[in-house]
Amino acid sequence: MAAATAGAGAGAWAAQEKQFPPALLSFFIYNPRFGPREGEEENKILFYHPNEVEKNEKIRNVGLCEAIVQFTRTFSPSKPAKSLHTQKNRQFFNEPEENFWMVMVVRNPIIEKQSKDGKPIVEYQEEELLDKVYSSVLQQCYSMYKLFNGTFLKAMEDGGVKLLKERLEKFFHRYLQTLHLQSCDLLDIFGGISFFPLDKMTYLKIQSFINRMEESLNIVKYTAFLYNDQLIWSGLEQDDMRILYKYLTTSLFPRHIEPELAGRDSPIRAEMPGNLQHYGRFLTGPLNLNDPEAKCRFPKIFVNTDDTYEELHLIVYKAMSAAVCFMIDASIQLTLDFCRRLDSIVGPQLTVLASDICEQFNINKRMSGSEKEPQFKFIYFNHMNLAEKSTIHMRKTPSVSLTSVHPDLMKILGDINSDFTRVDEDEEIIVKAMSDYWVVGKKSDQRELYVILNQKNANLIEVNEEVKKLCATQFNNIFFLD
Amino acid sequence: MSEEDYYLELCERPVQFEKANPVNCVFFDEANKQVFAVRSGGATGVVVKGPDDRNPISFRMDDKGEVKCIKFSLENKILAVQRTSKTVDFCNFIPDNSQLEYTQECKTKNANILGFCWTSSTEIVFITDQGIEFYQVLPEKRTLKLLKSHNINVNWYMYCPESAVILLSTTVLENVLQPFYFRAGTMSKLPKFEIELPAAPKSTKLSLSERDIAMATIYGQLYVLFLRHHSRTSNSTGAEVVLYHLPREGACKKMHILKLNRTGKFALNVVDNLVVVHHQDTETSVIFDIKLRGEFDGTVTFHHPVLPARSIQPYQIPMAGPAAVTSQSPVPCKLYSSSWIVFQPDIIISASQGYLWNLQVKLEPIVKLLPDKGRLMDFLLQRKECKMVILSVCSQMLSEADRATLPVIATVFDKLNHEYKKYLDAEQSYTAAAEAGQSRSNPLLKRLVRTQAVLDQSDVYTHVLSPFVEKKEMPHKFVIAVLMEYIRSLNQFQIAVQHYLHELVIKTLVQHNLFYTLHQFLQYHVLSDSKPLACLLLSLESFYPPAHQLSLDMLKRLSTANDEIVEVLLSKHQVLAALRFIRGIGGHDNISARKFLDAAKQTEDNMLFYTIFRFFEQRNQRLRGSPNFTPGEHCEEHVAFFKQVFGDQALMRPTTF
Repeated sequence: MAAATAGAGAGAWAAQEKQFPPALLSFFIYNPRFGPREGEEENKILFYHPNEVEKNEKIRNVGLCEAIVQFTRTFSPSKPAKSLHTQKNRQFFNEPEENFWMVMVVRNPIIEKQSKDGKPIVEYQEEELLDKVYSSVLQQCYSMYKLFNGTFLKAMEDGGVKLLKERLEKFFHRYLQTLHLQSCDLLDIFGGISFFPLDKMTYLKIQSFINRMEESLNIVKYTAFLYNDQLIWSGLEQDDMRILYKYLTTSLFPRHIEPELAGRDSPIRAEMPGNLQHYGRFLTGPLNLNDPEAKCRFPKIFVNTDDTYEELHLIVYKAMSAAVCFMIDASIQLTLDFCRRLDSIVGPQLTVLASDICEQFNINKRMSGSEKEPQFKFIYFNHMNLAEKSTIHMRKTPSVSLTSVHPDLMKILGDINSDFTRVDEDEEIIVKAMSDYWVVGKKSDQRELYVILNQKNANLIEVNEEVKKLCATQFNNIFFLD
Repeated sequence: MSEEDYYLELCERPVQFEKANPVNCVFFDEANKQVFAVRSGGATGVVVKGPDDRNPISFRMDDKGEVKCIKFSLENKILAVQRTSKTVDFCNFIPDNSQLEYTQECKTKNANILGFCWTSSTEIVFITDQGIEFYQVLPEKRTLKLLKSHNINVNWYMYCPESAVILLSTTVLENVLQPFYFRAGTMSKLPKFEIELPAAPKSTKLSLSERDIAMATIYGQLYVLFLRHHSRTSNSTGAEVVLYHLPREGACKKMHILKLNRTGKFALNVVDNLVVVHHQDTETSVIFDIKLRGEFDGTVTFHHPVLPARSIQPYQIPMAGPAAVTSQSPVPCKLYSSSWIVFQPDIIISASQGYLWNLQVKLEPIVKLLPDKGRLMDFLLQRKECKMVILSVCSQMLSEADRATLPVIATVFDKLNHEYKKYLDAEQSYTAAAEAGQSRSNPLLKRLVRTQAVLDQSDVYTHVLSPFVEKKEMPHKFVIAVLMEYIRSLNQFQIAVQHYLHELVIKTLVQHNLFYTLHQFLQYHVLSDSKPLACLLLSLESFYPPAHQLSLDMLKRLSTANDEIVEVLLSKHQVLAALRFIRGIGGHDNISARKFLDAAKQTEDNMLFYTIFRFFEQRNQRLRGSPNFTPGEHCEEHVAFFKQVFGDQALMRPTTF
């Protein structure tokens, strides 16, 4: 799994060149308060990957980070260092909770050339990695940990350092294997949510469905509704939904895609409970409701950790392309009876609703006309509702997120984004890239739009016109300054 | 049984008349709904009382023999009295016309007059045992003119004044009925039809009795109601009422069967389009609604009583007259008495007690007796006086104590909005036709009638949703679910949702800090765009910053709110953005320079001020050939400020030609 093909996003290979994408060198979490005295430094380390590293080296690396952070704080007390650039690698620092530091060390991409005498020459590409992308990845690591484990502080309160270490080990041991650093890009910065486009009536039907389900299952605290891996409704607050969405779309759904694609008669499907009335099934929790021994264990998630701090069971139930997440207070014991009841109530209605949505979606698609492959690709992001739309990215898979454009262009997008971050005002940046490519970045209020055009011999005015046209057609119902 | 359990009642103010006795004969005219009390053949007085007029008509007439039938023509113009089996006497009640009686003998020889019916103020029909004769009365000439007649053997007849149809019973079994329809001096014969009599042993000869037939208009259609004491087909022993639909054109058709599930003596009334069947043996009544879903067997629909059988609400006869002593308590009236006579549609007369009542349906008790809310709504929506009851049902189903489930609430809303939409559509086509000037020329265009069943958004908002939202004890999840359900229902029927409903949703969400929910609703345009809504969102910005963006988006979509967009941007000191926006829509030639310069100056950003100032200089140049501001623009202070900061030489120089 971890051996994802090298250079997945690295384009054509030169005859004598070998490219190696960025890779995770180490990842550690420490708290300087836990070993302030000499000789006790090891106590600071709460998690270290790779674990095989010799103890003293671990201590040295942690100490170095501590020193850098401490040192840079002198210059900027409110904003300590976020990253450290070296020739071979880049280190990213994050303090998600007071005195808890997470550090991720990423090796720069490498180009290996054959010298004339046949010896390989290794060349580190120091400027390739974008700080914002990998800082975001690091922040996401914490968010994902917190979603399933709660805060570091909570673990400390519950069972001291021992429990915290156990939880970190258990979580990150697996999670770090799923980081695909070679395919991180602008979308990781946004951490956005793709919303499913829907007409008002169908949306209201879904509302009505959710309200009814919450009423009949009366213990449900929050509900989220997705279709085609895109969000339609979230009862959770935005930040919690953002990370749950990430989990669902990059981890849970892809894992369950295979049985769905498998035909009715395939052995995978045969294992699923035979139900002729509806297509509903649990993605978390019991696999077979007819099995009296089936375990009703659901993943637990932690939300609203800043104030109410709620621990919830996460039930994900799916029928065709429609998925509902029911979140129930973790103190309530969920029984097989409850699961059966949920299945019998939700299953049939969700099946009908899913086909309704599908039908409506096809009607809308037909009405909007046959979409020809446009000359441009774009990424849109709105900071206000985290809405994200990309025609650059292919369908997400559990291993890599495939893009349809050259990595160099992706890097330009990242650079434009960094520029936007620096100023508050609306602005527009137009970049002429290689081989007839133009990259345009626009920022209006809280929205960002990145367009990649490929037009032979186009000039600046023409490109500007094209982007205006794009805004007029794709974003005519929002206030987007041109 | 408390008063709340009776769903039928006698009207509070009955028509009171002198009891029937050997010297006082009482007659009832179904056309004018008048009771005639004729003392000593009229010699000692005739008193006529109708349901509406509280002032009775009294007069005297000579006693010329026993009165068999007495009726006023419509509008009380002419009085007709039948005293013999061959003749009818007339007397004008029109001012300036002679009040001398005149007489008309039936034309057919050897025929006996069974009775007569007025079909207008001057048209009368004699029904004889050998046919019918249709006359016009000429009161000023004191004669009658035969308009039309038809020969047919008649056993008995029945008249429905509302639809001006007379039904004649013919043949030996009396079960072939011949309807005639009267309108403006014409008499038309409708297709005759046969009432299916119950199968009976050959020895007993069953014939159709007049008592078992009634005619009434139900939901605008004329029906002949036949009380069949024994079911023809099924082996169930209960009696049933068979409804034959009698259309203006085409043949009469058996449509509905009302299952009574009991036997004995029955009487029928029709109240508010409901068929009421009184059962004397049990002293109870049941009601049927033919619009409610029944069991359809391919030809007829079978109906069961809407509600369990109940007695008419007990009635106290007030001790009338000045002689009554105050201590005397009212006397309970004997209900379902054998002396009761029932007339269509809703009249019950007790000749022995001297009362005429209208039967009424009480809707409030029905709410409790019909637990199925969907069926209850179907029932209530067809009733005349339903509005307040329906609103109270809606309020009740949202109350803590009797809270209904969301699917039930959804059903109720859907039924309300179905009626509402029907009315809106009718209104639209009416307006369209009226605009096209067809209202007078097109007689098919029905006048627009808004019944009480039309409950619009304002009704539901004022009486149901607004008080409901105010209730503190309601869980907000339920409140929002209900509001969304109502909005969903309106949308489903393609009814434009009024902004006050959206405001109610927003208010509730804001009260509970559910801004993200609000955001999602707006994102999917569940809350329709409007200027008031956009302004409301603007006001929420301090609690929820994204409201600003949502509001601007909405103003943009409205496309009629460009001025507002500029104001919003200027208030946020986004002067350049405002200018770019107004230029983008081509309105930059008409904006006030002073307004933008003011805003730019407030930002204390000199470069911004420079840019804005320069823009307007260029505009001046383009529009007027000079970069200078005109006195009317009131920009003197800004020009001075510009000079002070950037110097005189920075001003744009006029280009000369």
